[in-house]
Order: sequence, then C-alpha cells, then structure tokens
Amino acid sequence: MAEEAILGYLEHNDEIKDSGEFAEERKIEHNEIVNVIKSLHGFRYVDAEDIKRESWVLTDEGKIYAEAGSPEMQLFLAIPEEGIPKDELQKKVGPSLFKIGCAQAAKNKWLDMGKQLISRKVQHVDDKVKVLLLQIQQGQVIGSDDIKALKARKLIVPQTWKGYSVKKGPNYAPKRKQVVTDLTRDNFQSGEWKELEFKEYNYSAKGQPLEGGHLHPLLKVRSQLKEIFLCMGFEEMPTNNFVESSFWNFDALFQPQQHPARDSHDTFFLETPSTTNILPEDYVQRVKQVHESGGYGSRGYAYDWKREEANKNLLRTHTTAVSSRMLYQLAKKPFSPKKFFSIDRVFRNEAVDRTHLAEFHQIEGLVCDRGLTLCDLIGVLHDFFSRMGMTKLKFKPAYNPYTEPSMEIFSYHEGFKKWVEVGNSGMFRPEMLQPMGLPEDVQVIAWGLSLERPTMILYGIDNIRDLFGHKVDLGLMKKNPICRLGIE
Amino acid sequence: MPTVSVGRDRLYAALGKSYSQEAFEDLCFSFGIELDDVTTEKAIVRKEKHLEEEVGDEDEEVIYKIEVPANRYDLLCLEGLAQSLRVFCGFQEIPTYTLADVTKDAILKMHVKKETSQIRPYVVCAVLRGITFDKARYNSFIDLQDKLHQNICRRRTLVAIGTHDLDKLEGPFTYEALPPSSISFVPLKQERCFRADELMEFYKSDLKLKKFLHIIEGSPVFPVLYDHKRTVLSLPPIINGAHSAITLETKNVFIECTATDLTKAKIVLNTMVTTFSEYCENKFVVEPVEVIYSDGESHIYPDLSVYNMEVSLSYLSGLIGVSLEAEEVTKLLNKMQLHAKQSASDSKQSSFVVSVPPSRSDILHPCDVMEDVAIAYGFNAIKDKAVIDNQGSKRLASSLTLLSLNEFSDLIRKEVALVGFTEVLTFILCSKKENFALLNRKDDKSKAVIIGNPRSSDFEAVRTSLMPGILKTVAHNKDHPKPIKIFEVGDIAILDDKKDVGAKNCRHLAALYCGANAGFEIIHGLVDRVMEKNGVPFVSPGDISGYYIEQSDEPEFLAGRQARIIFKGNQIGTFGIVHPEVLNNFDIPDPCSLVELNIESFL
Repeated sequence: MAEEAILGYLEHNDEIKDSGEFAEERKIEHNEIVNVIKSLHGFRYVDAEDIKRESWVLTDEGKIYAEAGSPEMQLFLAIPEEGIPKDELQKKVGPSLFKIGCAQAAKNKWLDMGKQLISRKVQHVDDKVKVLLLQIQQGQVIGSDDIKALKARKLIVPQTWKGYSVKKGPNYAPKRKQVVTDLTRDNFQSGEWKELEFKEYNYSAKGQPLEGGHLHPLLKVRSQLKEIFLCMGFEEMPTNNFVESSFWNFDALFQPQQHPARDSHDTFFLETPSTTNILPEDYVQRVKQVHESGGYGSRGYAYDWKREEANKNLLRTHTTAVSSRMLYQLAKKPFSPKKFFSIDRVFRNEAVDRTHLAEFHQIEGLVCDRGLTLCDLIGVLHDFFSRMGMTKLKFKPAYNPYTEPSMEIFSYHEGFKKWVEVGNSGMFRPEMLQPMGLPEDVQVIAWGLSLERPTMILYGIDNIRDLFGHKVDLGLMKKNPICRLGIE
Repeated sequence: MPTVSVGRDRLYAALGKSYSQEAFEDLCFSFGIELDDVTTEKAIVRKEKHLEEEVGDEDEEVIYKIEVPANRYDLLCLEGLAQSLRVFCGFQEIPTYTLADVTKDAILKMHVKKETSQIRPYVVCAVLRGITFDKARYNSFIDLQDKLHQNICRRRTLVAIGTHDLDKLEGPFTYEALPPSSISFVPLKQERCFRADELMEFYKSDLKLKKFLHIIEGSPVFPVLYDHKRTVLSLPPIINGAHSAITLETKNVFIECTATDLTKAKIVLNTMVTTFSEYCENKFVVEPVEVIYSDGESHIYPDLSVYNMEVSLSYLSGLIGVSLEAEEVTKLLNKMQLHAKQSASDSKQSSFVVSVPPSRSDILHPCDVMEDVAIAYGFNAIKDKAVIDNQGSKRLASSLTLLSLNEFSDLIRKEVALVGFTEVLTFILCSKKENFALLNRKDDKSKAVIIGNPRSSDFEAVRTSLMPGILKTVAHNKDHPKPIKIFEVGDIAILDDKKDVGAKNCRHLAALYCGANAGFEIIHGLVDRVMEKNGVPFVSPGDISGYYIEQSDEPEFLAGRQARIIFKGNQIGTFGIVHPEVLNNFDIPDPCSLVELNIESFL
C-alpha cells in the first residue's frame, strides 16, 4: 500500500516534500513509508534525501508531572493555611517529592521555611511547569529558556526525527518489477525468468568463501623443487632414517672427531639407542687410517681416531649422511655415474629464533661421475638456481671439512637489492671418496640449501614458526598461493 | 666460523693501502673471508652494557669484524690476515720462516718428567727474540692466544698456551706433574701466593677461568712448568705465574704449549711464531727450544720445515675444468703463500713440487692445492669460463626410478586434501610428556628414540606418533572456524634392533576432525576413502583379502568409540574419538576424532 501510494503520487507530482506529512495524510505508519523509500531508492526508482528534525519529548518523570502537577505545586497544595511542621509535611507527600518540591518552591519564593513550621508565603500560585509540559506533549513550540530549564530538570529530552524528501529516480516506473537474485530451477523451468529483473550484483564485494582441502606451503615448494631435480635427471635418495651414527654423519665425511660441529651443543646425541650396532668393519679401518695418518695422497689429521666416537648415535645433522651411505653402496659395484637428490628433515641442537629451528628441511643434490670439474659444478648450480628464478650468482671460497674446493653460493636479490647467501657447494674430498672404494678419477660435486629459506623469501614470511610447526595459523595455510618457481 | 676483530686503520696500514669498504669487501669475498660487521670499540661496549645508541665520535677507531674459515688458524690475528692478504695482492713475497742458529749448548732446554704422561703428556716451546711490542701489537698477541684457545685448542682441553718474559726466567726449564698440594706460586693478576689446590677453589668464582678447571680437577697430579730456580711459569691449562708475565716492555718472549694432542700443539706454536716473528729484530727468525723427554728422546721446536707435495698440472686443470699454463699456476700458487717449483719432467706431463709453509696446516692433500689455484684464479672468473649450459647435469641422460615411498606419500596427500582436509607439517621432536603422558599412554621405554642432550623439554624425544603435533596445531588454532579438518603425512621413529643404528622411521598418515561434535563417522569415512583409493575392499572380520575394523581399547581414545584398522590381517592403525582427558591435556575445548595409520603397508 505504501509503495503504491509513493509511486502513484510521483506519477503526477514532482516531489514528496516530507515523508512524515505524507504518512500522516494517508494514515500510513511513517516507519513503513521509510522502509519502502529505502528499498525504492536502492533500486533507483526514486531518489531520496534525508530530512532531520529535532523535537522534544517528555521523560517518564515529565509525563507524571504533566498529569499530576509539578512537585512544587503538589507540595504547595499540601501545606495548610496555618502552616505545618517539616516532618509532618515530609510524611504527607513522601521524601522524594518533598525534596524536589521544597527546592523548587523555595526557588519560586512560595514558602516560608520557619524553624517550627513551613507555611505559604503567597496564597495563590500557577503551575507553569505542568502547563509547559502539556504544551510539549501536544507538539507546541515553547520558549528556549523554558526548554533549558525543563531539560536541566530532566523532564524532557531531545528526539531526532528522520524522514525523507522523495523525487523520481532514473529507474522510475509507476509499478515496480519483481527482482530476483538468482536463476533457480523454478523460475528457469517455468519460463518466469524472462519476466524477472535480476537484482544488481555487488561487484565490489568478494564471493562466498569455499571449503576444501589444502596442501602445506612448504611441501608445495618441495614438490616444485622435486620437479626441478627430476627435469635435470636426478634420482631421489631414500632419507627415511632420522637416527644415524656419528660414523656415517661425520667420520665417513672426513670430519675430524674434534670438529666443533660434533660438540653436544650443535648435535642431538641419543640416550636411546645410544650407539650403533653394526658398522662395515673393513671400511671403518680405512676411514680410521685416513683420519689418523692420511693416505690417497693426503697427510691426514694426525690424531688418535676413536671408535667410541664413531659409534655414538645422533639425529642426522645433514642429509649428506645419507649421501655417504649411497656413495658407499655405489662403490661396491662396478662404477656407473649417478645423479642424486633428497629433500628431508635434519636436526641441529641450536638456539631457536625467528629464522632458526631445531629441525628444518635440507635440499641436497649431487653428481658422481668420472672427471667432473669445478666448471661442471658451477654449470649445474647455474642450471639449478636459474630454474628457481636466481640467475645472478657469485661464489665465495669457504671451508667445509668434506669438500675441496668449497663454495658459498650468493644470489643477487632484486627486491632486497643485495647479495644473499642461498646455499653451499663443493667437490667431495678424496679422503672421503677413496676409502669408500670409488675409482680415483671419480669426482662428486654436491650442493645443499634449506627448503625453508627460499620458501620464506618466496612467500614473504619473516618468522619461520608462521610457516612450519604447530603454531601456524590454519587460515593462512588455506590462503597460501600456488608455488611457481622461477617466475617473478 | 671464527670472527677476528681488527682496527680498520691498523689493517690498512699493515696492508700498505687503504680501501673503500666496498672494495675491501670484494677483496675479502674473492679471498674467502667475509667482512661481517663494521663497528667501533665504544659501540661494542655500549652493546655489551645494553646502553642506548649514542652519537658516535668522529675519531672513534673503526673495528672490522672479519669471519675467517675454521681451518685457517693463521688468519686469527691482524698480523696473519695482513700477511696473507699482502701476498694475495702481490704486495709482498712469501715469507720464509727460519730457525735461529743456536749451538747445541746454548739452546734453551725443556726437560719433561715422566709423570706428565698421566695428565698432559706433551709440551712444545719456542722463543721470539728482540720483539718490539706496542699497545696494539701486545693486545693482538693476547687476543690470538684467546682465539686459538677457543678454536683449535678446544677450550684448552687439547692445547694450552703460556707466554713469558724470558728475561725474568732462567733456563733450563722443567715440565712436571706434581700433587696439587706441593705446588705454590703467585698467579697472574694476583698479589699473594696460592697453593694449587687452594687456587682451584679460588677460581671457582672466576667467570673466565672456572670453565677450564674441569680439565685437571680431581687428578692426583697437576701439570706445572718450572725454571731453573723453581719459579713457576704456569699451571696449564689454568693460569700463568705472575713473575714472568709479559708487558709492553718485554723483549724476549718464551712460548710454551702443553697438550694432549701433539699435532695440534705444533700447529698452535707455529701459528704463534709465524704471525708474530715479523716484529722480531730478525724478521721471520725464531729461536728454537730443545724438548727432552725422560726416556732421552729429544725434539727441536718449532718445526718450521715446509711440507713438499707433488702435484701435476693435469690434476689441477682436470679438476678445475679450465686449461692452465705452468707459469700461470706457479704465480697463482704464490698468491696463496705456496711456493711451487716445476719439477724436471717432460713438457707434456708438467708437474710441481709445492712447498706448504708451516703456517698452512689446512693443506692436507693435492685437492687443497687445487682449491687454492681456483681461488687465486677466481671462482667467478671460472664461472665466466664455465660452459654455462649445465655441463654437470647434461653429462648423462638416464632413466630414473621414483622413490616409491615418497611417490606414494604424495599421492595419498593429494587424495586426503581433495576430500577437504588441510595439510599441516609439524615437528619431529617433542617432549616425552607430549608423546606419552598427555596422550594417556605409558612409556615402557621400548619404543621411543630419546635425545641425550636436549636444550629444552621440547626436544626430548623423537615422536612415535603424529598425534601430539596434530593436537598441538588444533590447540593453537582455537579461533579457527569449525569444523577443523587437518592431516599430516610424515615420518615417526621407533626403536628397532634389527637396524644397524637400532631405530627406524615409519611413514604415517594422521587426520583429525574437530567441531561441535566429534565427527567419528567422518573420520571413519576418511578411512574408507583411503582404502577405496588404494583399491582395498571392505571385508568381513577375519578375511585377509581386504580391510575391516574392530573395536579397540586404546587409552588415547574414548572407550566404545574407537576401532583398529585391520589390513590384510595386520593392524595398521587406529581411529576414534580423542579421549576427553587427552583433549583437556592439550587444552582443546572442542571434541575431536582422529585416525593414524602406517601407510608403508600399502606399498
């Protein structure tokens, strides 16, 4: 009814000046008119502009006084001509009315507050407050001083009245078309859809969130790196053995037993199982010898190599422990060249902070072939890192007990505008390879890096705990984008 | 990697050339050291005292902190660094270190008593004659001893160095091992005389020295060095005597290194004398000392002989991958302080005798010589020569085999994600409590790999199940909208005596549902889905051709709402509503169901 009234009126008139008056004339609730105007405005049938009016209404207290008279009047009327003792008057009108009434009547100079009795000072008074309250209740306008006084006594409060002035809008029609939000089976199959108007879609809002499963960001990067290795013809090494002996983790790599990395503050040694059960004895003898007195052209480290140290179990500190086992296996058969990789968990007994954890993933690649050179290593590194999107590389001489030469790999980061270290590399020492029984002309070139660091750079994460472990935010895991390496 | 702090201006003075910081960084990069930090003495003090950053004075001395390779002990002080860089840049010839000509009678002697073999059997000595110290040189000399103690000496356990003002002592010296109560002397920085056993007590409150007490504590005899007049030189590896302390005025320095490892003692002594003999009246000349053991065996130290290594040109170019001329190689090796002489042989098979100086203990094998040639040539110059199109990876095209365990894991991961679970990746290390007690499980010590030296309780054990990590993830994501559906595929480890190391990994899958109700049927549904995707039929109990489930009784799950999964007759996992006590233990306010199974049986 309200909608017809508004659209019908505007068909012949330019404007509804005041929705309040319009409602009153047609005996329609103003609220109903307002709702219709809002809806018509939303569909641009009409253009509506706000109107605001301030008015005053009585508080609950004000309403009581408008009926029963102001407290000062009630009090005045309760005082007999001869006067009345204070206590008696208070009892007669009640303590709260007595208090307010006394104050106001005294202000109006209506009373004599004697020591014994309260008596009338004047014989006749007008209840101006009641009159004013009745006037406000009837919507009449009163003087601003009176408003101020009544407001101060909390008998009236302001009220904002909101309405609209309404004109035809760009989509004006005398009758509104029905709008829908979706094509449904019903309106589709009935053919009704032809008559329907579709509600304007909010293109600035996002669609509905979808539920589904998600893979972990770090493992998405792992998948892409695996692809890179496979494209380059590398085969994956089995790395599902966290527990390793010091022998395979250190000694086989020609890492001397006093090397700082073998200290308990860098490595997790085990209480159970504390030592290894079996080592290949003839190979152990060759490793002992190369540590103690060298051989294969080396001077060795010249110290007493202790079997107990080699027996100690630990959580592997690098996947190179697996590489050493693989190369040892390779050496037992007639030589054939191999390219290996692995990406798996390693453990360091280090203090943890924003970028370091006690466990992380190591990426390792190695090529084992006759006559490999430093040039080959640089070539492979260039290929590998280019595929990850790092084309500007430089190499710094470094020290690593089992590689010679050893090179730290730096890549120029366009975002950070500086060279950042991205990995380590080198050629395995003859003191590591030859005791295994690999032919003398066989070289192994290898490199390693962590999976976490490039992932953090890729996804702009600066605290490793936001990426990995139980403190991650599942919401962020779900939003994480796909991994496209090599694409800036 | 050890870091050496040197004054920038002193370093440039020693190099005879000033550099911009960038140019110096480039020099470091190509030589294989790194300018780690640029600071000032005052800034270091401020940092130590946690004071606010003040505006630095213009005239504060700039300190370079330089990271050096862990096997280059000769670079642990300004003198050694500057010598190496001077030679590298061609500003200086390779120094030749020689022993002073001293007659058999005049040579200083150190007699070693046989009791020392019980505690610290070796000693090596040398004398620097006519040395000129100033404040900076003196500090550097002290710092070098500190650095050596920290690094090669393994906090004085393997080697301990003592340096003395020779003019305050009188040879011959003796190296003895005596009961602590019979050794008395005034130690360095003290006024009064201490008995050795009292001294040990006294130093228990000394922040610096208390770390070394354990090396000899409890031994019936302590190592001690005396001069001819029974003046105590030092009580190694703890402290020197005050009497022979070196000062800025000291002219003749007596160096003794006591050790449990003779090779390292010789390296330490050589490092001291090769770096500081440049301040001697006769540059690079060191006066020897004869060490005589109780069995009459005698040695002259320091041993400054060069070590000769035969290296062929083809070996060098063959490993580097760049063809090199013999003359070029000689020059390159000279830059790295290695003398190389072409040995007379036919021109095609050119080869060198490379002399490794006593300062270069890091050179063990011709491959180390090869690395030095490559460094001097420049890694990045090799990069430019390297045929950039992946020589190493093109070298062989082979047919590859995928690792079936990892390939299968990836396939399963994708299937579980496709049915709406989100993958998590949690830590392998956990506390014993999380692995057992919090899951209502008992530790019968037969299952878990236990760490011997954990830094905190977070790293006590290797997980034997994926459950603690999954539950911790839920606990940390209380605000995440429900239901939460997460999973992990990862390795756990268990003890296994049949393996060489006594333990093995197992690949597990775990998945969890958490919501307004526990969702037991949803997890049950996931088990069915995993089986379906593996082509495993659902069979009746007892049939070993497929899988079935039967009620189980595990403490981590609620009784009556849990089951074991039997695959081809073997239990491969369990699932159930997580026990409310377990939920409380992990501070999870919502009900959960979980499945965990070993996926290796599907391979």
